[in-house]
Amino acid sequence: MRDSLVLYLTAATLSSAIGSSVSALLADRYPWILRLAAFPLLGLSGLLSLAIAALVLLEGVSLAIELPVGLPWLYWHLRLDALAGFFLGIIGIITAIVSIYGPSYTRKYQQSPYSLSALGFFTGLFVAGMQLVVLADDAFAFMMAWEVMSVASYFLVAYEHHQAANRRAAFLYLLMAQIGAVLILLCFGIFGSFSTDFTFDAFRVAQLDPLWASLAFALALAGFGMKAGLVPLHVWLPEAHPVAPSHISALMSGVMLKVAVYGFIRLLFDFLGPLRWEWGLVLLAVGSLTAIYGVLYALVETDLKRVLAYSSVENIGIIFICLGFSVTYLANGAPILGVLGLIAALYHVLNHALFKSLLFLNAGAVIERSHEHDLEAMGGLLRRMPWTGLFFLLGCLSISALPPFNGFVSEWLTFQTALQATALESGVLRAVIPIVAAILALTGALAAACFVRVYGTSFLGQPRSRHVRRAREVRTGMLVAQACLAGLCVLTGLLPTMVVALIGTVTESLLHQPIAAATRHGWLWLTPIGPETASYSAPLIMLGVLMALVAWFCVWVWLRKSRKSNPITRRDPWDCGFGGLTPRMQYTATAFAMPFEQVFRHTWRLKTQVTREMDADLPTKPKDLEYQLEVEDRVWLWFYAPVGKWVLNASRHVARIQTGHLRHYLAYSFLTLIVLLWLIS
Amino acid sequence: MTRYLELQLVEQAIITLAAMILVTSFALLGQSRVVATIRTFAWQGWLLALTTALVAWDIGHPHLYVSALLTAILKGALIPWLLTRQARQLGILRDVDSIVRPGITLLIASALVVFCYSVALPIGQLVEGVTRDVVAISLANVMLGMFMLVIRRKAVTQVVGFMALENGIFFAAVAATQGMPMVVELGVAFDVLVAVVLFGVIFFHIRESIESLDVDALNRLSEGEK
Amino acid sequence: MKVVEWLFALLQMAVFVAAAPLFSAWIKRVKCWLQNRRSPPLNQPYKDLRRLFSKQVLLAHTASALFRTAPYLVFGATVIAAAVVPLIALELPTARIADAIVLVGLFGLGRFFLALAGLDVGTSFGGMGASREMTVGALAEPAMLMVIFALAMVAGSTNLSTVIQSMLAQGLALRPSLLFALLALLLVGIAETGRVPVDNPATHLELTMIHEAMILEYTGRQLALMEWAAQLKLMIYGVLVCNLFFPWGIAQTLDVASLLIAGVLLCIKLIILGAVLAVAESLIAKMRFFKAPVFLAVAFTLALVGMLSFVMLESAS
Repeated sequence: MRDSLVLYLTAATLSSAIGSSVSALLADRYPWILRLAAFPLLGLSGLLSLAIAALVLLEGVSLAIELPVGLPWLYWHLRLDALAGFFLGIIGIITAIVSIYGPSYTRKYQQSPYSLSALGFFTGLFVAGMQLVVLADDAFAFMMAWEVMSVASYFLVAYEHHQAANRRAAFLYLLMAQIGAVLILLCFGIFGSFSTDFTFDAFRVAQLDPLWASLAFALALAGFGMKAGLVPLHVWLPEAHPVAPSHISALMSGVMLKVAVYGFIRLLFDFLGPLRWEWGLVLLAVGSLTAIYGVLYALVETDLKRVLAYSSVENIGIIFICLGFSVTYLANGAPILGVLGLIAALYHVLNHALFKSLLFLNAGAVIERSHEHDLEAMGGLLRRMPWTGLFFLLGCLSISALPPFNGFVSEWLTFQTALQATALESGVLRAVIPIVAAILALTGALAAACFVRVYGTSFLGQPRSRHVRRAREVRTGMLVAQACLAGLCVLTGLLPTMVVALIGTVTESLLHQPIAAATRHGWLWLTPIGPETASYSAPLIMLGVLMALVAWFCVWVWLRKSRKSNPITRRDPWDCGFGGLTPRMQYTATAFAMPFEQVFRHTWRLKTQVTREMDADLPTKPKDLEYQLEVEDRVWLWFYAPVGKWVLNASRHVARIQTGHLRHYLAYSFLTLIVLLWLIS
Repeated sequence: MTRYLELQLVEQAIITLAAMILVTSFALLGQSRVVATIRTFAWQGWLLALTTALVAWDIGHPHLYVSALLTAILKGALIPWLLTRQARQLGILRDVDSIVRPGITLLIASALVVFCYSVALPIGQLVEGVTRDVVAISLANVMLGMFMLVIRRKAVTQVVGFMALENGIFFAAVAATQGMPMVVELGVAFDVLVAVVLFGVIFFHIRESIESLDVDALNRLSEGEK
Repeated sequence: MKVVEWLFALLQMAVFVAAAPLFSAWIKRVKCWLQNRRSPPLNQPYKDLRRLFSKQVLLAHTASALFRTAPYLVFGATVIAAAVVPLIALELPTARIADAIVLVGLFGLGRFFLALAGLDVGTSFGGMGASREMTVGALAEPAMLMVIFALAMVAGSTNLSTVIQSMLAQGLALRPSLLFALLALLLVGIAETGRVPVDNPATHLELTMIHEAMILEYTGRQLALMEWAAQLKLMIYGVLVCNLFFPWGIAQTLDVASLLIAGVLLCIKLIILGAVLAVAESLIAKMRFFKAPVFLAVAFTLALVGMLSFVMLESAS
């Protein structure tokens, strides 16, 4: 009975997503269709996905069906297990919230020259593609769904195509998506050659030789890593995310990157069989590099959405560090700790989906009202957009991994996993794992600095440009969506035991190892290994905060009389007695990052240009100062330029066969014919 | 862990001093002023002498006391004094040899220590007594001394790096084989002393030739065509 | 969880919070002795706080709601951190709410709001203080984590009570990992609490300020809370150093005799630690801000060597 319910729900989910696309085709003629049909259907699809996830994770329902579509000898197989259910739930939450945000946000495109029906059509297709990727149970269905997801998101990234820079960014995105897809296809090819057919069930039982297994691991890491955004394959992320409409950026950064992580986890833990600790070290190295690189670039960028894109790169690095810990422990015979590492990774996947989507939706609201992308032009928005400011603050607190919010829980679980390194036999690993954890601590602290910079420059202080001064709060739809996500961030931070219990069902189905200790002491205490080892009680900390606020309120009431005689008055801030403070005198975002530039100066390629204009009458008195800073991604120079040069050289060599002479071409056909005849005989 | 607590206080002190010697090796990598480098090297000499004396007391080989005294006089007092005097005569005592990339240097140094640990694991099985645990530390000191030779640019700091390398080898000998035969020790000690004197003479001549003591500028002395 | 234990935990937290200004006053007294000056009385910080609470609050024109609520949030986060650190008794229920890593997170929360408050008013000084504070905090965090790692590896837990109990159980042992962890924790504590040589708590020159620059615009009771939070943070670090590395005398049961002995011994330890800190501050000059990363790199190296010496020397199989 429940199985058929799940089957109907799955069918309904996919069909509402596709229905949303189809209904949006009429949106050019009737714009209200987006608001009344397309986005509500999308939201329905999201809620149904969430319902499926709840059924799978709480009730343990599963599904495995075969659809009569696809190739004649390889029909589409769809399968719903705990891992798929978890990721389907993530897709569902974010889709539902984006569909609340969408109608108010896309209203601005009604007067633009861009096609609304394209936006709605491809959004629905994008979501349907992602859902199918998670549900797919054979290589063909997976690749088809992956391509649908990539191509649909290409059209969404290229939505505002009248500007050449946007077209270039979208092309780069499509190019890298295709290269990644080819790598994944090669990896599936390796599996296919060791098993009977291309279904994932056959992949699960395939026994790969050690060399081929490592090759498959490398291809999967490169292919899925390219989509997820691992350094040095991340270059499309900072170009594509800022260009897309903000709710699409939220979907891409919050969900699509996680679908890539899903693919990698499925391949690594489900198909690859016995894990090797060298893979764990590779994951740790790649993850640490990605995390540090991402956060250092996020610290110096001044475009708001580029900062968020680089911060996504950093968080993907953190997820891969957790996966690296998990693989290392599993390969060294410590299964409980391996499970803990995987739980930390999945928790961070959920957290990042929540707070990064929140931040992108916030950024969309800010950019729409202030008409500015650049942090250096914003300021003082907290007074003008108080609710957006509050939700942005909650998002920044979550992503900076501060208690009692959700980002802190996944980071705490990661540190607890790393601390158990003494259980390992190998001394080298026992030394390396704490060093990786120290790098993780550094990235966490740098992320907090980055978001202090972002929030402080955009919402606090004084406005630095005209539009920002006149910004107003956004419409209710956008606010409700942000409020939902902010509330979810706080909830997942306050109730970590419940989330860990949910994720525990996923790891139990993947790794066949239960994690009973974590929630053994009730919903109040999170004790991953044991209460004597470490325990964390987020609700009690929140209670402490609430008690502090209550105490403050009591004192406030008690002091009411003295406050009436001594009211709070407003004065000028301290200006050393010179007077005339202007908004130009505040710290800019670049200035905030200057100490970090001094410490980490070799990381970036920074081009600074300072032009000083002196007074005509008094040559030592400066009249004007212009400071220009250009940040370039180093990976272009070190990785892509040599690769590009090599490709051009190789193609130049190959182009020698294009001589231009007709007789040479006839000779080519003649030679080919001779070779073919010889092969046949 | 409980095994560590079962060791006697002397043995725990030896292990602590070994870790402190490792810290001085890190410090030698990170010091930018020449005066501070020579002073840190002197500290390393004193710590090494103290460790040798404690090992002598623990194991009961009296010739190690002589070894310790020799180390203290030579590496703790005489060689630093000679280096300081030469540097002052050449006018380079107040120089600064700045570190190019301290973050990467620190990471590479810690990677070297972990690598030495993994290499020294099988050696540790063959050694008896408390000094088994410090074989890895002594090997790490050797590697860090060699790393210092690679990354330093001024000639004086390179000499100190060479001395630190020799310190590491001496420490490895104390740890692995409870000291070298006396003849070998005296020979090595006097070789080192002579080397320091010779370095001073060579520095003087180099400086006359190319008017700088930056090691990277020594390529000016090559005769080949450019 | 017995009600008595919870009540005692709250009482301990109240004593912690109340005693924090006294620790700062003692350090100031020793510094004045060393400088041959007559020191203010030991209850001067309390008189200052009382005076500030009664004064009128002035706000800048550009200050927002965040500026007004930040002092309460910063003070609240620091008080919760104080509730978690065992002062004179182990095995309290509040000690299990959070472990060492959560403690670092709570300090991070306080620092986050402090930096935002600095940026809120829109002056250069606040921005400068905020950017410097976040830099120092970002570089101190790996060092602090390495110290926690070294301790957790030795004690097998990150729960502060369990760590202290395992230290007590070891007796008098000379461990290089703990020695280096202690040195690193001292250096990190100096950096995080803004003492010389990283930041001068008594400076009046805006260009040399870090912590003072962020709270420059605060007045009245808001300034009182910010100052009290800073003093409380210094006391927390002092108590951590004393109790984690020299835990002898701490009460393991909740009877009056052991609590009194623990209290007296803690006072003596804090007196000695305060004097050591004052002497160190008087001997060393304040560094240029751009030398602070070097200082923190030294702390990180010491903690790293401590962790490595545990793995290589103390846990050899």
